[in-house]
Amino acid sequence: MSPAPRTSPKAGRAARRRAARAQETDHGLVHRRWWTPYLFLLPGLAMVLTFSLWPFVNTVVLSLTDAQILRGGGFVGLDNYRRALGDPAFWTALTNSVLYTAVVVPALVLMPLALAVLVERKVPGIGFFRSAYYTPVIASAVVVGLMWQWLLRSDGLVNTVLVRLRVVAEPVPFLTDGTLLLVSAMIVTIWKGLGYYMVFYLAALGNVPRSLHEAAAIDGAGALRRFLHVTIPSVKPMMLLVGTLSAISALRVFTEVYILGGESGGPGGDSRTLPFLIREVGLGFAGETGYAAAISILLFLLTLVFSLLGRRLSKGDER
Amino acid sequence: MNRTTPAGLAGRYLTLCLMLVVMLGPIVWQLLTSLKSRQESVYDGLLPSSPTLENYSRVAESFPLFAYVGNTLVVCALAVVSNCLFASMGGYALSRAGWRGRQVVFTVLVATLMFPFESVMISMFLTVRSMGLADTLVGVWLPGAVSVLNLFIMRAAFLAVPREMEEAAVLDGASEWQRFTRVFLPSAKGALAVVCITSFMGAWDDFLWPLIVLTNSENYTLQLGLKALSGSSLVNDPRLVAAGAIAALLPMMLLFFCLQRYFFKGVGEGSIKT
Repeated sequence: MSPAPRTSPKAGRAARRRAARAQETDHGLVHRRWWTPYLFLLPGLAMVLTFSLWPFVNTVVLSLTDAQILRGGGFVGLDNYRRALGDPAFWTALTNSVLYTAVVVPALVLMPLALAVLVERKVPGIGFFRSAYYTPVIASAVVVGLMWQWLLRSDGLVNTVLVRLRVVAEPVPFLTDGTLLLVSAMIVTIWKGLGYYMVFYLAALGNVPRSLHEAAAIDGAGALRRFLHVTIPSVKPMMLLVGTLSAISALRVFTEVYILGGESGGPGGDSRTLPFLIREVGLGFAGETGYAAAISILLFLLTLVFSLLGRRLSKGDER
Repeated sequence: MNRTTPAGLAGRYLTLCLMLVVMLGPIVWQLLTSLKSRQESVYDGLLPSSPTLENYSRVAESFPLFAYVGNTLVVCALAVVSNCLFASMGGYALSRAGWRGRQVVFTVLVATLMFPFESVMISMFLTVRSMGLADTLVGVWLPGAVSVLNLFIMRAAFLAVPREMEEAAVLDGASEWQRFTRVFLPSAKGALAVVCITSFMGAWDDFLWPLIVLTNSENYTLQLGLKALSGSSLVNDPRLVAAGAIAALLPMMLLFFCLQRYFFKGVGEGSIKT
């Protein structure tokens, strides 16, 4: 699970070329007609081009037009982008998405690591615990959202218990207050992500040489110091990868908010995230495809920043 | 080294159990709620006093649950077959050297990994609509027919096949297609299982794309149906929604407990390629 594609691009490319050459020369025995690789690749590549590359190119083009869902549009330059910058709904969604990322990423970088350390030791029954912690990952976002909805509603389990214990006088508006709704959705995202990233860290922990821990223990380092000075530095590349992946998926959050807060995205749409806004603006009978495409490109750029940042940091790490 | 005191071990199990409550609590709570009868208050006790399955039959009666499951299974079946077939064929080509344009194809594939679905979904919908596939199950399936990640998983598996095996097959006079089906595919069974499971799970659990494509409730997949169930003001009953949610979760859990190692393997393989 080493971060293979994260080596410097130049060295990587040269190595690949060398490997390719070696393969070709060694392969004197295996002859193939020149067109067979293309035939094998054709169906897959055709799908990827039609449903991934073309939609992206089309999104860029659409973002420069005033197209609507039921009619094509004319070229309007950067008007859609200018409009987004002056649109309070865009700023609300952007703030929500960025806030979401800022809360969820640190939680999902640290908590699954702690969980992985907890389940790393092979004590009896550990397989059961590992699988149990992974169960929320296989549940769909809708199922998870519904479960938490019935926990957090004003007449849900959490509020019933809180009111009966007289911790609060009135039910806490977890799902009807814009900010609390966002916090609730974050909790659901973190809960669902714990087991997923735990598996990443388990693999990384397996690669930490035992001798390092033993040497530290002989030097008199306690469990906490061994964790800080041995475990953390050795899983740092994995922490960067988890940070990058969880940042990108936090920017993409839609279903949690949609299920918990309803189709409007919380009271007055206060809890809408960027994907929420894109869908709302771009679809429906009055869908403004051009404007939605511009917001889509801005979302793409935001995720790109995080991938490049992750790549940059891990590269600096290797030097 | 690593002395385990009884107290330390007890503390470890205590923490493990505490986390178990956090991770499984909401799911177990839903399961228990779904077993409570209509006479019983949902919040008055943890365990149902007289466990009943009537909520499940009520969901099936008041809601076209089986039709939704059927629709979902159609999408799942298509996704599994197309991903296994096309990802292994494409992955095979990508794993072979010595053809023109390989680098370009690679660059394009890696680039598409960078586009979040949410940023292309609007124009993806326009493409699907222009093919006349809006509001159809084929329209739900087609964009996910081959995932780039699966192409790379299969490629990695084929790269690990020893060259001697391929050359031996050549000497035996096997054609390229025979080498693919008789030598390479059998050596990549593990990766194929990962592709199979992830595409099934993806199709079963997906929500946003079916929500965009499907309008007529007859075509709904299970996840859309569940959302509709919880949203309809007629069924303001936590027991019914719980029954629906558990029914949607159960098949995935069965699959997970039977084929666990492939689930975990899939996570690892995916991470290399991101």
